[in-house]
Amino acid sequence: MTAALTHAQARGAGARRASVARCYRFELVKLVSQWRIRLLVLACWIVPALFVAGVSQQSTLPVDTLFGRWMHATGWAGPLVVLGFAGTWALPLLTSVVAGDVFAAEDRLGTWRHLLVAVRSPRRIFAGKAFASLTVLLLLVAGLACSSAAGGVVAVGNQPLVGLDGHLLTPADAAVKVLLAWVCVLAPTLALAGIGLLGSVALGRSPMGLLLPVLVALAMQLAQMMPLPVAVRLALPSYAFIAWNGLFTGPAQLAPLLIGTGVSLAWAVLATALAYLLFLRRDFTNLSDDGSGRRAVTAGVLPLIGLVAVTVAVLTTSITATATATGSGIGQEKVQSSVATAFAHLYRMQTEQLHRPAVTEDRLRATATCNKGGLQVAAQGPGNDWRCVVSWHLPGVQAAGQAIYQLDVTPDGRFMADGDGPKEVNGYFLVRTPEGDTPNPLWQFDGNVELLSTPKG
Amino acid sequence: MDTLLAVRARGITKSFGDVVALDGVDLDVTPGQIHGLVGPNGAGKTTLLGLLLGLAVADSGSLDILGTPVGRTLDAPDGVAGFVDGPGLYPSLTARQNLAALAALRGDDARTTAIDDALAQVGLTDVADERARGFSLGMRQRLGLAAALLTKPRLLVLDEPSNGLDPAGKKHVHGVLTRLATDGTGVVLSSHRMDDVEALCSDVTLLATGRVVFSGPLSKLADEEQELDYRIRTSDAPAARQLAAETPGIRLVDDAGVRHDAQVLLVRALVPALDELMVRLVQAGVAVRELSPLVSPLEAAFLALTEPEEAGR
Ligand SMILES: Nc1ncnc2c1ncn2[C@@H]1O[C@H](COP(=O)(O)OP(=O)(O)OP(=O)(O)O)[C@@H](O)[C@H]1O
Ligand SMILES: [Mg+2]
Repeated sequence: MTAALTHAQARGAGARRASVARCYRFELVKLVSQWRIRLLVLACWIVPALFVAGVSQQSTLPVDTLFGRWMHATGWAGPLVVLGFAGTWALPLLTSVVAGDVFAAEDRLGTWRHLLVAVRSPRRIFAGKAFASLTVLLLLVAGLACSSAAGGVVAVGNQPLVGLDGHLLTPADAAVKVLLAWVCVLAPTLALAGIGLLGSVALGRSPMGLLLPVLVALAMQLAQMMPLPVAVRLALPSYAFIAWNGLFTGPAQLAPLLIGTGVSLAWAVLATALAYLLFLRRDFTNLSDDGSGRRAVTAGVLPLIGLVAVTVAVLTTSITATATATGSGIGQEKVQSSVATAFAHLYRMQTEQLHRPAVTEDRLRATATCNKGGLQVAAQGPGNDWRCVVSWHLPGVQAAGQAIYQLDVTPDGRFMADGDGPKEVNGYFLVRTPEGDTPNPLWQFDGNVELLSTPKG
Repeated sequence: MDTLLAVRARGITKSFGDVVALDGVDLDVTPGQIHGLVGPNGAGKTTLLGLLLGLAVADSGSLDILGTPVGRTLDAPDGVAGFVDGPGLYPSLTARQNLAALAALRGDDARTTAIDDALAQVGLTDVADERARGFSLGMRQRLGLAAALLTKPRLLVLDEPSNGLDPAGKKHVHGVLTRLATDGTGVVLSSHRMDDVEALCSDVTLLATGRVVFSGPLSKLADEEQELDYRIRTSDAPAARQLAAETPGIRLVDDAGVRHDAQVLLVRALVPALDELMVRLVQAGVAVRELSPLVSPLEAAFLALTEPEEAGR
């Protein structure tokens, strides 16, 4: 009896389960064997380079996308333009195709039982699948980044990049920041990937499961276009898709970036954990039951809504603690200082283009007076009816120079300033330099308002 | 030396909501035995095999697999392989890649010889490097069996493995199963093909609506006190017909013009009466060219035990 028992125990203990590493490899083999994935990898490593190189040769640039207007000037603008596009649709789409399908694929193929018999541990299956889809996703994002950077640097060159506040970044600095920006965008991508896993587990074979990351990303982008309070805006992981903008200003705007990244990672962790719990509770005996159901869906959605609520609450208290309005985060003083800073940087650049005596930003003492709409309307919040008058001083010239800009400020804090005269400063898109006509940096420029900062003086 | 049963199930009960899929099922499978599981659709065969594979847990009852009690958690003991409801294959991988991925998963790193051997055993060598996407039902079944072979199981569980197999495939599969059993592997398979079960299995368990209605050696089923229909082909049909009519315990069956083969005689009888008829035929100088049960003993028992009301037709 005792002998039989130990015999049995020895067998039980010796049961060979596939390790997580082996599950991971197995899942990776399955993913990479799919034509869809192979094509995606190929596309991500080739298309951005061609796109950047191609657009850089065009006479019209995608000025609506951040850094698009600098694509002729430096190769480092290309990867940032691609990053802008990627954040809006490419990354949600990629996560959908990769993470949104890893679990549903087994339902489609009817291979769950096979997999369970082979692996003997739902936990390891989950881990293997999660890590494998993460790997493929990283490979795709790395492809987008490397390919677009290579395309830009080869087609245009390794020149300095004009930052979001007009200051010049050396090529090396630009390279580092571009890399950092892509790394930062991994956080919201992971959040979407977690949502993809959750959708794949909770919705089973239904196409909604596959589309979930795209739909969530779309909904959140729409939300970002609405005039939401700052706290809500930052509590959504999609904010991290634009928070990298802050890397390209004078002192980098790190607070929104860190918060956005943190929120995104929290989403990624929570969504993945929910997917894990739902997966472990699933009954695999029934082939027709793919684990989807109203309860599974609610179990997946409610905690995420809870997370948003908690984040909003935390952010609201901490932001009011630093004495910033809980409103849009876009105030008159912030817009004025942002416009003045960018103008000063770009004016100095124009001065160099024209071979005029060099000035520094300090000597220019540029200031801006901005108002929005009629005088009755309080100058705050997004809108395309902002109007700024910039004044600056030239050494040895008594009278202050003045230029007018029309501003279109979007709810996420970005603005585009459109020069409105005088003609010789910002009224025309070209400036006549001794070398010929070149684009006028003061004609139109992009900038942003840090939503979280407290206005100074 | 090893008296451990490959499967020892006692009083297994499993229900899905209101449906009682298994109701107090006992099952013994010794190592080296090929055990057939037969029963009408919905009898609970797949459910029982799923329990053996560790895909589900019984509601009550005890289940020992290869000497290890199966607990209340989903976890099949080592040494069990097989599939229910069709083999799981990845269409984007070739036959060989499917097996290699599986082998790697279990840590036996892609030993190509083992994979080639498994493919050869099921007769898939020719299509080893084709994607499983294009595989027919029979090819999929065979590849599923090859995948199970690769793990060198001590208990093989197969749900309707002969589905969709052509004669060559059937031969391969039967050969594989017989070889495995000879090497001491316990095999449990379900099938709706009585001829397969009779050709392969030494023991059968008949399930009907979740209950065991018969369990034991095939020979015991055939010995059951029941008249069977037999086909007899002789050299002289009229004489044979005459003799059959005169032999006690033999009834001639009218096959209402279904088969107009004048050489063939259909009779219904118990085994002793049939023996007597054979003796008489030979004594009368009539050669017997063929004698076979019209419905196999297993099939007859199947029909009798699972549809009692129709048995007396
Ligand atoms: N996951 C499940 N959920 C609900 N009912 C189930 C489930 N699995 C099986 N059943 C029920 O249990 C009973 C036994 O089913 P099972 O699949 O084991 O039959 P089977 O003998 O394999 O039939 P077949 O010969 O058609 O393959 C059926 O009545 C079926 O409806
Ligand atoms: Mg079945």
